[in-house]
Order: sequence, then C-alpha cells, then structure tokens
Amino acid sequence: MLKILKYSFYDLMRSRWSYVYFLFYLILGFVLLFLNNDVNKAVITLMNIIIVLTPLIGTIFGVMYYYNSREFTELLLAQPINRKKIFMGQYLGISISLTLSLVLGLGIPFVLYGLFKSTAIFNFGLLLVVGSFLNFIFVALSYNIALSTENKIKGFGYAILMWLFLAVIYDGIFLISLILFDEYPLDKFSLFATMFNPIDLSRILILLKLDISALLGYTGAVFRKFFGTSLGMVLSMSILVLWVLIPVVRMNLKLKNKDF
Amino acid sequence: MIDFKNLHKKFGKLVVLNGLDLNIKEGGIFAILGPNGSGKTTLIKCLLGMVIPNEGEITYKNKSVLRKWDYRNDLNYLPQIANFPPNLTVVELIEMVKNLRPKQSNEQDLIKLFGLTDSLQKKLGNLSGGTKQKVNIVLTFMFDSNLIILDEPTNGLDPIALIHLKELILKEKAKGKTILITTHIMSFVDEMADEIVFILDGKIYFKGSVNQLKEQTKNDNLEHAIANLIAKQYA
Repeated sequence: MLKILKYSFYDLMRSRWSYVYFLFYLILGFVLLFLNNDVNKAVITLMNIIIVLTPLIGTIFGVMYYYNSREFTELLLAQPINRKKIFMGQYLGISISLTLSLVLGLGIPFVLYGLFKSTAIFNFGLLLVVGSFLNFIFVALSYNIALSTENKIKGFGYAILMWLFLAVIYDGIFLISLILFDEYPLDKFSLFATMFNPIDLSRILILLKLDISALLGYTGAVFRKFFGTSLGMVLSMSILVLWVLIPVVRMNLKLKNKDF
Repeated sequence: MIDFKNLHKKFGKLVVLNGLDLNIKEGGIFAILGPNGSGKTTLIKCLLGMVIPNEGEITYKNKSVLRKWDYRNDLNYLPQIANFPPNLTVVELIEMVKNLRPKQSNEQDLIKLFGLTDSLQKKLGNLSGGTKQKVNIVLTFMFDSNLIILDEPTNGLDPIALIHLKELILKEKAKGKTILITTHIMSFVDEMADEIVFILDGKIYFKGSVNQLKEQTKNDNLEHAIANLIAKQYA
C-alpha cells in the first residue's frame, strides 16, 4: 500500500493543480495577514474560506483522480496486489498531498508573520487540523461516489451536488426547519442535524475554540450548553473521525464486489 | 493449467457469460475469438480477478483464484487501452511496476528492441498511442511468468513493432509458456495461434486448432471460417 501511496503522491505533487492550490493558500495567507494585521482575525476569515473550499477541492480532486487513473488502476489490478491496498494507497495519496498544500500554503505566511510568538498558535493549529479532516472526509466521500458511478460525467455531477448540498443547501433546510418548528424544543434536533454535516461540525469546532459567542449561532450555542467547551470539542472531533472512517469502510466493502 | 467451471456473469440484465466451461492446458498460444461483446474481455478479467463472476469457479494450477491476489505474480497481462499517469516518465513507470513486483525483469532488452531509449525520460502524457502501446508491451513482457494474457496486443503498432511483438510471443512460447490472446486480426491468429477458442453468447462455441476449424466450416480461409461461425449468430 505504501508503494501505491508513494506513487499517487508523487504523481499529484507533480501536477500543476497541486501547485495552483498551494499558491492560492500561500497568497491568501499573506494577503489576510497584511490586511488584517491580526492573527486572530485572520484565523476567522480563513475558517470561513477553508470550511467551504477544502471540501470542494477535495471532492473535485477525488473524482478527477479516480476517473483519470481508471486505466492505470486496471494495470495495477492485474499486478499481484490486494485491490484494497491499491485504492487505500490512492486515497491516502490524494488526501495527504492536498493536506500538504493546505498546511504549507497557510503555514509559511503565518510562521513568517510570527505565529510562534502569538497566542493564536493553537487556534491556527486547530484550523489546519479541521482543514485536513475535511480533506480526508471529502476525498473519501467523492471516492465512494466515483466507485459507485461508472459514468464519469454523472459521477462528477453527483460529487459536486454532494458538496453543494453539504456546504449550502443543508444549512438552508436546517434554518427553514428551525423557523417552521420554532414552537417545539429543537435542541436535540439541531444537535443531531449538525453531526450529520461535517462542514457544520467543523465550523462549530473552530468557533468553540475561538470562543466567539456572537458567531456561534444557534447550534453552536446548543452545543456549548450541552457539552461545555472541552467535551464539545472532544465530541465533535470524534464525530469527524467517524466521518472519515465510515466512508473508508464503505469504500472497502464496495470494492469487494466491484467489477473493473 | 487454467480451468473455468460453469462461469456466469451478468452486468445488470445483460448476460455476458452463461455457464462457460473451458480448460486451457499448459504451453502454447491460445486465441480467444468471438464477435464484439461476446465476453472475451470479461472472461479474461474474471481470470485476472478484476471482474467477479456471479457463479462458477476458476482455478489456476489447481488453486482457486477467486478473491485471491498472489497468483497474479505468475501472470503478465497486457490491457487493451494503455493509459498511464500522465505526470510520470516512462522510466519511473517501469521502475514503479518493478517495485510492485519483486521479480527478475529484463526491461533493458525490450526497451532497445522497441526503440524506446529516446522516450525514456518523456512524460507518459506526451507519448503517442503507438508508443504507449510499446511501453505497455515492455511492461508486460519484462517479467518471466508462466501465463501471458494479451488483450488486443496489436493496437496501434507500426509494422516493425508488430514483427518484434510476434517474435517475442514465439520466443515465450518456445520457453513453454501459456499465452492467451484476444484479437480481431485474423491473419495474426492464423500465423500465431495453436488453438482457437471461439466464444458466442457467453459459451464456448468452438475449441480446437486452426485446421480443425477450417475443416469443420469447410473453408480454407480463416477469416471466412470465423465469419461463418459468427454468421450463424446473425441468422
């Protein structure tokens, strides 16, 4: 598996898009720091960008890589390697290279700006952890979609729809249902509704850490009331882990009976 | 050496293999023929473990191959479409496949034979279709395995490369290897194959030597003999 991982990783590291992605974060980091002049504020702005953008990029890279390397995957499948290892290697290769673009792209400007002397280091660290989680989650989800959809265009469409749903539509439905049912106790409902969306969950996780009540919103407030800051963080972190594990398990189950 | 027993495979409603039984003995060149969509590639992919049959059993050297992977160390496969990661160079790809298969390889001779020396440092995305197919052939033949499976090996090759490919196949045959080939080029079959396996409607319709086929269909020309077999399907 490590061999496959290595080659997928090198392959992606050499692709133009990895650099575009890296440079984007690099420029974003510099611009935000010099416009804001405040690491803490920059972290909040970054959060809003990362929470929407990393899932989108993870989704697109995931489906693109799967469909583009389909024939090559066939070549690998004919080699004496377990098929699970091939796909886990590719999955980790994509996720790790995306995570590296994110961490280096944002890390460099922040380190240069004097992150290590700032109190924001933990907030910033958490931001990178959440961003990495979102990478691993959305690459896994898009790999699941690609594995289940033979048609490239359809697969791409479904993947983008999934992102759109989780990043935008889900919140809309959530808000509407809060308004429609505001005569009922909605704490538990909103708690669960948040857990079913990794993007919402990440947002709350970061906001809990930043401790900005004005930005927490309804779910965030409920979260804090129910679990307190530290338990809330542990809980949301473990649900993020589940969000990685469940798609990965499903991927392996799907692979067992998949024809190539 | 290879045994297919009562093999069934459906893709949705489409029945591709319908209780196929086939035994392939060790040594020689076997041409797997049949009209488009008759299940040739599916049969090969079942043997490779890429397609999982709905029913039936496949054994290689008396061991079941279904859901196993280590038996593939003893076979080389040339896929129909050669499409490689565009960002890797030819050398890197060869090194990678070598890395994945800890086995003796003789890629240097093959690279020279197919005149790929100048292309070694080029990225695979920049190679022409024919050159990619040559790389594909190098990857297939560089290992010493008992079973060689070639899916449309002549695709996109120039006449010189084709001659080299034929020599290569005959050389492997002389070493006592078993070679399975699917192709639609009948002159290639006529020249190379020891035995023909003709698939129709997901079953073996004919199995025997080229001469037997010519006798049975009362046709001296292999192309017409095969056309004769296929025509029965259209009738």
